[in-house]
Amino acid sequence: MTASAASVRAKGRAKNIFSSPIASAAAWIIAVVWTVPTFGLLVSSIRPEKDINSSGWWTFFSDPNISFENYQKVLFEGTTTNPPLFQFFFNSLAVTLPAVIFPITLAVFAAYALAWFDFRGRDALFFGIFALQVVPLQLTLVPLLQLFAKGLQIGDVTIIPDLGITGTYIPIWIAHTIFALPLAIFLLHNFISQIPKELIEAARVDGAGPFTLFSKIVLPLSVPAIASFLIFQFLWVWNDLLVGLTFGAGSKEVAPMTVRIAEMVGTRGSGWEVLTAGAFISMAVPLIVFFALQRYFVRGLLAGSVKG
Amino acid sequence: MQFAIFAARKTPWDIIGENFTLLAAALLAFASVVVVLFLVAGRATVRAQEWLKYLVFLVPALLLLLVGLIYPTIRTIIFSFMDAKSENFVGLDNYVWAFTIPEILVVLRNTAVWVFLVPFFSTAIGLSIAYMTDHMKRPNIIKSLIFMPMAISFVGAGVIWRFMYYFEPNEKRADIGLLSAIVKSFGGTPPNWLLESPGNTYLLIAVMVWIQTGFAMVVLSAAMKNVPDEIVEAAMLDGATPIKRLVRVTIPMIRATLVVVLTTIIIGTLKVFDIVRTMTGGNFQTNVIANEMYSQAFRQMNYGTGSALAIILFVAMIPVIIYNIRQLRLERTER
Repeated sequence: MTASAASVRAKGRAKNIFSSPIASAAAWIIAVVWTVPTFGLLVSSIRPEKDINSSGWWTFFSDPNISFENYQKVLFEGTTTNPPLFQFFFNSLAVTLPAVIFPITLAVFAAYALAWFDFRGRDALFFGIFALQVVPLQLTLVPLLQLFAKGLQIGDVTIIPDLGITGTYIPIWIAHTIFALPLAIFLLHNFISQIPKELIEAARVDGAGPFTLFSKIVLPLSVPAIASFLIFQFLWVWNDLLVGLTFGAGSKEVAPMTVRIAEMVGTRGSGWEVLTAGAFISMAVPLIVFFALQRYFVRGLLAGSVKG
Repeated sequence: MQFAIFAARKTPWDIIGENFTLLAAALLAFASVVVVLFLVAGRATVRAQEWLKYLVFLVPALLLLLVGLIYPTIRTIIFSFMDAKSENFVGLDNYVWAFTIPEILVVLRNTAVWVFLVPFFSTAIGLSIAYMTDHMKRPNIIKSLIFMPMAISFVGAGVIWRFMYYFEPNEKRADIGLLSAIVKSFGGTPPNWLLESPGNTYLLIAVMVWIQTGFAMVVLSAAMKNVPDEIVEAAMLDGATPIKRLVRVTIPMIRATLVVVLTTIIIGTLKVFDIVRTMTGGNFQTNVIANEMYSQAFRQMNYGTGSALAIILFVAMIPVIIYNIRQLRLERTER
């Protein structure tokens, strides 16, 4: 009690001596510099088209002129060959939900097995999965795409048949699931393996089998870790371009927003009225998630990288 | 033909409707499989559960990793020794191509520049901010603002920074790019930012640094919280200046975390693709391996050269992986 009080006091005192006004000012300046680009985009997106293209966004403050026409235009105007952005918004949602739920479920299962089942080669398997984290996506693209398009044959023997799923969401979901697994298993294993042994043993003595143990003890206790990884995976899938671009097979009916925005940059590189509004729409959901759940996000990040 | 006519009539809402039906079906199917497995396996005999548990918990993930990561990696290695259509073996031709064609040498050089500069600057700036805000009373707003780019997609960041770097060729018109306006306000003449090499590569690197700094800051700042105040205070009593304290006390004490941050950013930087693609399309001598790999495999449809580039990328990462596994082993034995 007294020891902790003393350390609290020491912390308080340390705060006073350490905080220097110069350091604070410098940190604030960096923070402002870091925010200006995003802020400029946001301001531009609510200016009328004529203003965006004829004056810098910083002049907005001396001559404020607000219009939501850009949003209206980019979200709802489109043709069948160039659908409006709101369709891609729903595509992003449809890509993201399963691509978050599938890998987390499978990873919790595997992490539990690797942490609490006793079998030979368990550690080697864990290190192997850990190492898979760095296999670059690029390495798997061509074979995986062929697998989805043609199935897998060795000689005349069909191991995986052609499933006819190219151009649907299914390849995107599966690809995201596969790429998420190594990190997810690693992070969740760190957490699940730290559940007190006594708790698990006590349940086993009471006659709980591996399945009851999982649903009654491991799963409820892992909720915080699962939440952290959920945010992680959500941001990663929502913001991904490469998987959506390649595994979506170029179909506009399944392409997520990032693919559409990248395409808009290519075709109308300086149509700033639609680009700024479009980019901001694609950023809105992750930013809301980020600011609302920042604490959990940070926790997940730290579980993966802070040592000692 | 009939299909095309039918497709042309589909409104966005029809497509969304179809897509969400598939989505609901997929989620429902997945949930039911999991629930049924648990119900069945949970009622099995104790002995059956001993092997059922591996089948349910471990095998699905392992199968996916095997089919989705290990098998493709082996295939890509084989492809990299074959021609464009993966029909004939060509020996080392694709690798010779990668290391002799001037265009690709530029790509390799750029990637090397990225891999040195991005981790260095992100970590250095992140470390400075973490240190400056370490004992600040309310650092949360500052940290949130610097961390925010982490939530933005690389594509979004590409749009944001293209706007920052926008160059107005017509001198009579007002600048809408902030960077050009700043240069002009100091009486300079702005260059055509993204078109002029080698400056443009550094401008793209700045975007990646902008994104990764927040990550470095958050992780390092958490590590700094673990440095005991007593040690820092002792250094202060000895008269160490803040900079000396950082170099002599703080950095050595968070060394392990620093290495993790650096390696994580190195791996992320090697894979960078979206930024280059959205900002310059890899033109004007800004290309990097990850983007060129995509162009070779999916634009030129040359699986041989594309695969060789992917393998080069992977080989560049191997030292990092080995180091990480070693660290993890050490840590585990310490526990």
